[in-house]
Amino acid sequence: MSASPMSDFLPVTLTVNGTAVSRMVAPRTTLADFVRTDLQLTGTHTGCEMGACGACLVLMNGEPVHSCLVFAIQADGAAIETVEGLTERGAIEDLQRAFHERNALQCGFCTPGMLVTGHAILEKGGLPDREHIRDALSGNYCRCTGYEAIVDAIERALREREGCA
Amino acid sequence: MNAPVHGSTAFDRPAHVGRGMSRPNAKRLLAGKGNYVTDLALPRMLHAAFVRSPHAHARIGAIDVEAARAAPGVRLVATGEDIAKLCTPWTGTLDHFKGMKSAPQLPLPVDKVVWSGQAVVAVVADSRAEAEDAAELVMIDYEELPVLADLDTALAPDAPKVTEDFADNLCFRSALDSGGVDAVFASAAHVVEADFLFGRHTGVPLEPRAIIADYDASEHRLTVHHATQTPFQFQDLYSRHYGIPEARVRVVAPDVGGSFGVKLHVYNEDMAVVGLSILCRRPVKFVADRLEAFVSDIHARDHRVHARAAVAADGTLLAMDVEDETGIGAFSTYPRTSVVEGNQVIRLIGAPYRLEGYRAGLKVVFQNKVQTSQYRAVGHPIACAVTEHLVDEAARVTGLDPLEIRAKNVIPDTAYPCASLSGYKFEKLSHEACLTKLRALMDYERLRTEQAELRARGILRGIGIATFVEITNPTPAFYGIGGARISAQDGAVLAVTPSGEVRCQISVTEQGQGTETIVGQVIADHLGVPRDIIRVMTGDTAVTPHGGATWACRGAGIGGETALQAARKLKTNVLSLAAGILQAKPADLDLVNAEVVDRDGTVRMSLAEVARIAYFRSDTLPDGAEAQLTVAHHFAPKGYPFAFTNGIHGCHVEVDAETGLVKILKHFVVEDCGRIINPLLVEEQVRGGVVQGLGAAFFEECLYDQGGQLTNGSLADYLVPMSCEMPDILIDHVETPTLDTELGAKGCGEAGTAAASAAALNAVNDALGPLGARLTQVPMTPARILKALGRF
Repeated sequence: MSASPMSDFLPVTLTVNGTAVSRMVAPRTTLADFVRTDLQLTGTHTGCEMGACGACLVLMNGEPVHSCLVFAIQADGAAIETVEGLTERGAIEDLQRAFHERNALQCGFCTPGMLVTGHAILEKGGLPDREHIRDALSGNYCRCTGYEAIVDAIERALREREGCA
Repeated sequence: MNAPVHGSTAFDRPAHVGRGMSRPNAKRLLAGKGNYVTDLALPRMLHAAFVRSPHAHARIGAIDVEAARAAPGVRLVATGEDIAKLCTPWTGTLDHFKGMKSAPQLPLPVDKVVWSGQAVVAVVADSRAEAEDAAELVMIDYEELPVLADLDTALAPDAPKVTEDFADNLCFRSALDSGGVDAVFASAAHVVEADFLFGRHTGVPLEPRAIIADYDASEHRLTVHHATQTPFQFQDLYSRHYGIPEARVRVVAPDVGGSFGVKLHVYNEDMAVVGLSILCRRPVKFVADRLEAFVSDIHARDHRVHARAAVAADGTLLAMDVEDETGIGAFSTYPRTSVVEGNQVIRLIGAPYRLEGYRAGLKVVFQNKVQTSQYRAVGHPIACAVTEHLVDEAARVTGLDPLEIRAKNVIPDTAYPCASLSGYKFEKLSHEACLTKLRALMDYERLRTEQAELRARGILRGIGIATFVEITNPTPAFYGIGGARISAQDGAVLAVTPSGEVRCQISVTEQGQGTETIVGQVIADHLGVPRDIIRVMTGDTAVTPHGGATWACRGAGIGGETALQAARKLKTNVLSLAAGILQAKPADLDLVNAEVVDRDGTVRMSLAEVARIAYFRSDTLPDGAEAQLTVAHHFAPKGYPFAFTNGIHGCHVEVDAETGLVKILKHFVVEDCGRIINPLLVEEQVRGGVVQGLGAAFFEECLYDQGGQLTNGSLADYLVPMSCEMPDILIDHVETPTLDTELGAKGCGEAGTAAASAAALNAVNDALGPLGARLTQVPMTPARILKALGRF
């Protein structure tokens, strides 16, 4: 996002939400700023810019990472997926429905990060108990809900996927 | 008054009010398609960064901005003098707080800095990164001044002054005295007392403050995209302080990433950004980063209270006598002041109980820290913790069970209307009904039995109870009477569109509570249409009528009643027009499920057909038929100055006396917010509020050193509650509708925060009591618990 001379920029090529992307980026540009500003994928949010709050979580090669702690150039060659990509390919439709019906969000600012963590929990499979879900969510801060509804929604999506709803 | 909301006409219909419905507007947020100011980019938009004071108190000397001006991408470097030429100063006082004082403020200071982190110079550049780079090149000379970093330093007789012109560091003093208090204490069987400390904490909305000011010189027009709860208040302030006619100022508050009271105050940077846009003639964006949020968002609490209670031998509470001292910042916050919290503390202490005597003193004290002001449950957690700790102490010295002593002393449900000795008038509260429900909800006796059994095995569990009274739906008695241009009324424009759908533009705002959802539910019932054809729009001064918007739990009670009355008005117009078309009498028709029906339920015509004729074939209407399918309506609360609500919390904890760590096992709430429009949303408001209260109880504190430096301004150092630390929260309800409105709704947003920390404090003390330890300070950190146990 910096307007430094182009000679200061470095090329980066990666896949974002299934689409190949090549850009010149300033070395100090974080992956979070890159997806939000360069690619206008503003579903990913920054709440602390130090890897504490989880609002910026994206999938990098299938694993949740704090996009505020990764430089865009470090994602060279990687496959990145944001909440927009997960939504468009229907990967978290059940989770989003459970969040909606349980009202597991209020202001919604933390929600994309919550969905990325929730997706990771669902992908791992099994039926973790509420305490395990709470532990797994502890890298995601939410100031509005008090967390219980989020735990409920993830628990419900897990049960549905395990066929025991 | 207060006719039943369900089936409010002769015809059956699906009732929306009272049903748990999820929020239509949440789907967008779940898809990552939120529209937060943080996400917004305008053409030719510039970015602001601020050079901040490293000193808590210092005179500003020479400022050298030349290197910054020459830095790459920089478009403007502005000092306090530059912005002061455009913006008039403001003073955070209100007339009804007699004798209060505060110094005038400017967007950026011109003579001295009064807290560490105060913005001093603004840098505007093509990118935020370049603005920050250039900000590092600004050189400011400071002459350090003595720092007032705590209450005792600021209150000392020979203390240096935060504002030199003032005789002392007192922003405001107040006192209440019912009379006869000393006599009651002198003759009481028991006197219990305690000294309390309530740490400073802050709201930490996950989206930090964000603003884009876009000044158009060609039309002398200002548009501000502002993450705020109160767009109309800011429209008024930007207009008056920058001299732009009100009609040319538009404030848009799109999706707002949390607020909790933080985003309704005037912040220096936000006011400065308007000036920067005027100077640059381009849109200018500022988003606080998290450190900036910690050093410039309002903080709250920071109270030191000495309190005592006189108690009869049988456990009857007789009187309370309290002194509250609260440290604010170097200024009182504008335009709502920094004295409301203290004022509410001394008026809410003892409020749930019958007392013979009450006396309270309040000192609001300036110090060199960022300003405090209204944050969720203003003053309530302090009043509640003081009261409820003293009640527990009274139970202890008289041998009563905590629930029993409360049942014995709360104002009986049959005693209303009545008033507190502090002057609050209560229409109708339900402490007794709530107590009864809480006992069942907690399975109280079983918890007590289990507690005794586990204690024998060395496991320390505690049960804490806290009753509360909550202030909601204020009338103009809250701000308007003091001269603030903060509206107590709200307005709505409600229309049937040409397709027969319904559009509501209403001045209450949405930050995720579900405002738009409940407004839609109310309209659905009172107009007679399905919820899904109603579109509710909020948060834009160019779109909705002027109104107070969202604070003090007014969305449901005032916004809901506004919507109800507007829906009634529109329905009258629809039926009048339909009667003209159908050659019927309006009284013989009703609107049900968007169909005009006869008394026997026979469908005569659809709302869409009424709309089609009104908008496109007015030539076919009979003479005198009025096709008024858009109505505007305003509602201002009257009657009681506030719609008080009440409730009770229970907290169940286990304390590890070796580590000082507390496991919160479960939290319980019984609340009475009047008519419940949407139980799903009410319960989530309560849960979210409880967790903010538990944060204050155990984790959250803005820590300062003696030099006035905030030492934990990050989300790794300032602890907000995490999911693994929080319990499941069981909730039950009592519904006592207010008779001041037809809807009967009060507020519920503060109910969770108001009493959670008090219940937690009582629970920890209940666990530690047998060990002789007692805590009267929050947050109850492990170190403080170990200290209370004499182990640290």
